[in-house]
Amino acid sequence: MKKLIELENLTKEFNGQVVLKGIHLDIHENEFMTLLGPSGCGKTTTLRIIGGFEEASAGEVLFDGIDISKLPPHKREINTVFQKYALFPHMNVHDNIAFGLKIKKMDKSIIDQKVLKILTLVGLENYGNRHISQLSGGQQQRVAIARALVNEPKVLLLDEPLGALDLKLRKAMQVELKNIQKEVGITFIYVTHDQEEALTMSDTIVVMNDGAIQQIGTPTDIYNEPENRFVAKFIGESNIVEGLFVKDFLVEFDGQQFVCVDKGFDEGQEVDIVLRPEDLDIVEVGQGKIEGVISSILFKGVHYEIMVETSERTYTVHTTDINEIGKKVNLDFWPEDIHVMEKMGTY
Amino acid sequence: MRKERKSVRILWIGVCLFFLYFPLIIMAVFSFNDAKSLTHFSGFSFKWYGSLFENTQLLDAVLVSVSIAIIATIVSTILGTITAIALSKSKKIVRTSILQVNNLPIMNPEIVTAIALMLFFSFANIEKGYMTMLLAHIAFCTPYVITNVLPKVKQLDPHLADAAMDLGATPFQTLMKVIIPQIKPGILAGALFAFTMSFDDFIISYFVSGNGVENISIVVYNMTKRLNPSIYALSTIVLVVILFALLIGTFVPYILVKRKGVKMNEEVN
Ligand SMILES: Nc1ncnc2c1ncn2[C@@H]1O[C@H](COP(=O)(O)OP(=O)(O)OP(=O)(O)O)[C@@H](O)[C@H]1O
Ligand SMILES: [Mg+2]
Repeated sequence: MKKLIELENLTKEFNGQVVLKGIHLDIHENEFMTLLGPSGCGKTTTLRIIGGFEEASAGEVLFDGIDISKLPPHKREINTVFQKYALFPHMNVHDNIAFGLKIKKMDKSIIDQKVLKILTLVGLENYGNRHISQLSGGQQQRVAIARALVNEPKVLLLDEPLGALDLKLRKAMQVELKNIQKEVGITFIYVTHDQEEALTMSDTIVVMNDGAIQQIGTPTDIYNEPENRFVAKFIGESNIVEGLFVKDFLVEFDGQQFVCVDKGFDEGQEVDIVLRPEDLDIVEVGQGKIEGVISSILFKGVHYEIMVETSERTYTVHTTDINEIGKKVNLDFWPEDIHVMEKMGTY
Repeated sequence: MRKERKSVRILWIGVCLFFLYFPLIIMAVFSFNDAKSLTHFSGFSFKWYGSLFENTQLLDAVLVSVSIAIIATIVSTILGTITAIALSKSKKIVRTSILQVNNLPIMNPEIVTAIALMLFFSFANIEKGYMTMLLAHIAFCTPYVITNVLPKVKQLDPHLADAAMDLGATPFQTLMKVIIPQIKPGILAGALFAFTMSFDDFIISYFVSGNGVENISIVVYNMTKRLNPSIYALSTIVLVVILFALLIGTFVPYILVKRKGVKMNEEVN
């Protein structure tokens, strides 16, 4: 696919505080890209630089290969759904959504048609005459999405657009947004700190921390092959264990050696090893690989979260099987459940 | 005990209002006096009002006062609004220092501003007359507009301007369609302030005008030298105009809000 936006070595400082530390990122046509990271890691700042609301301290933003760093926001073919909605309080819902179309001097009949269509899409078809102050947070958020989408931009920037919605509505809107993105063929740059949302919606996930990119990859890559401890921890709960890379296809941790599927690290190199809770099985003593005792059981709806204490550490296990506290058990896993990663300090 | 305190309070307010308004009422009453006497009310008549309209000097003054008030209001409102928006975007140190400078003419005794402006116009070799009076009025009205508009601009969500530009609006369109509607109450209050300040100004006008250009206050001042109840009539008219401006300023926003509220309720039902 064609590159649409390229971020080259973006750096941003606010009063001497470095907030972005040299971001390199290629965003392709029709891609659904998600920026994922903890609060304050620079997601909004990155979006604001792409949208033109903030100037980078250094680096370039290329759009279709052309440097747009100095282009004001109203000249960029980009629309934004703002984290704090930024709806116009003196206009009703209809006029808010029609704002961009009116600026483009479209026919009133066409505008009305488009507004109605998009309102139906976000489930607010009877709310056109409502004042913004008469909407709930979730409804305001959907108006903000509609106001940006109705312009059919090439690129849509969405800053946590579903943050104020309840779980059910959020799931429905996730599907809806994904469908719109595929149908209309818009490039989405989507910001969230909800890893599940990122995993289900994105073509590409960019994991950020502290102003730097930690990993770029497909949801499966990010989940299965986290490049470092931060990514592994941030994407779902994980058991992260320090170990040694003995040689290709063999690692050592917790005083034992295990067969794995990873290769290419140095022999004897210190590594971090990820064991996903849902990949671990609890089996009878003698039938597994590591010995331990069940120390706690929490019901989580679909599965149980069970803590198994071994001589070295406590492992988290997700299972649907029923167990009892205090029972002596073994932990079992397959070679492909062992994910070896580069050791990168502790987070 | 409690009741007593309440009656004391009402009495106190009554005394204050009496001292404030009694002279005005006397003046208004005597403006309808039949005779020239200032102590004895001998009969009701519009005589002095009639004589006002024969006095061409006075009619000219009304024209000067009204036109200067209107032009000064418009110019200072635009100037002050733009300045307030710019100030809200500038660095804190710039903002606070400019605000201090802005407050100076408000706090300053008017006579100082008046003499300063007079000296300035002489120094700049500008001939005193209508133009100097207008410029002076714009100069002393603008700070009041800034003081009224700036708090509204500060309350403004900075993301609104971003959102408007994001949707393709040029900075000017953003100003007209998003920023101004949001700060309208502040602008109206500022404009009203400017109008009343300009319309009833005497000291500054007196010092900076010349060549026979006089506004109402100056004419009234000159008339007091020859006793003439016409000035009561004139002052009463000025009083009524200012009163109306204040009433509009107090009640129009209230009515607007109320009407909007009703409309919103209708929509909900
Ligand atoms: N205008 C600003 N002035 C000074 N510092 C700022 C400004 N905007 C952001 N920052 C700082 O930059 C850092 C990154 O902020 P940013 O808003 O990009 O975070 P984020 O990843 O979007 O977080 P969240 O998930 O909480 O929205 C923060 O430490 C923040 O305090
Ligand atoms: Mg943010």
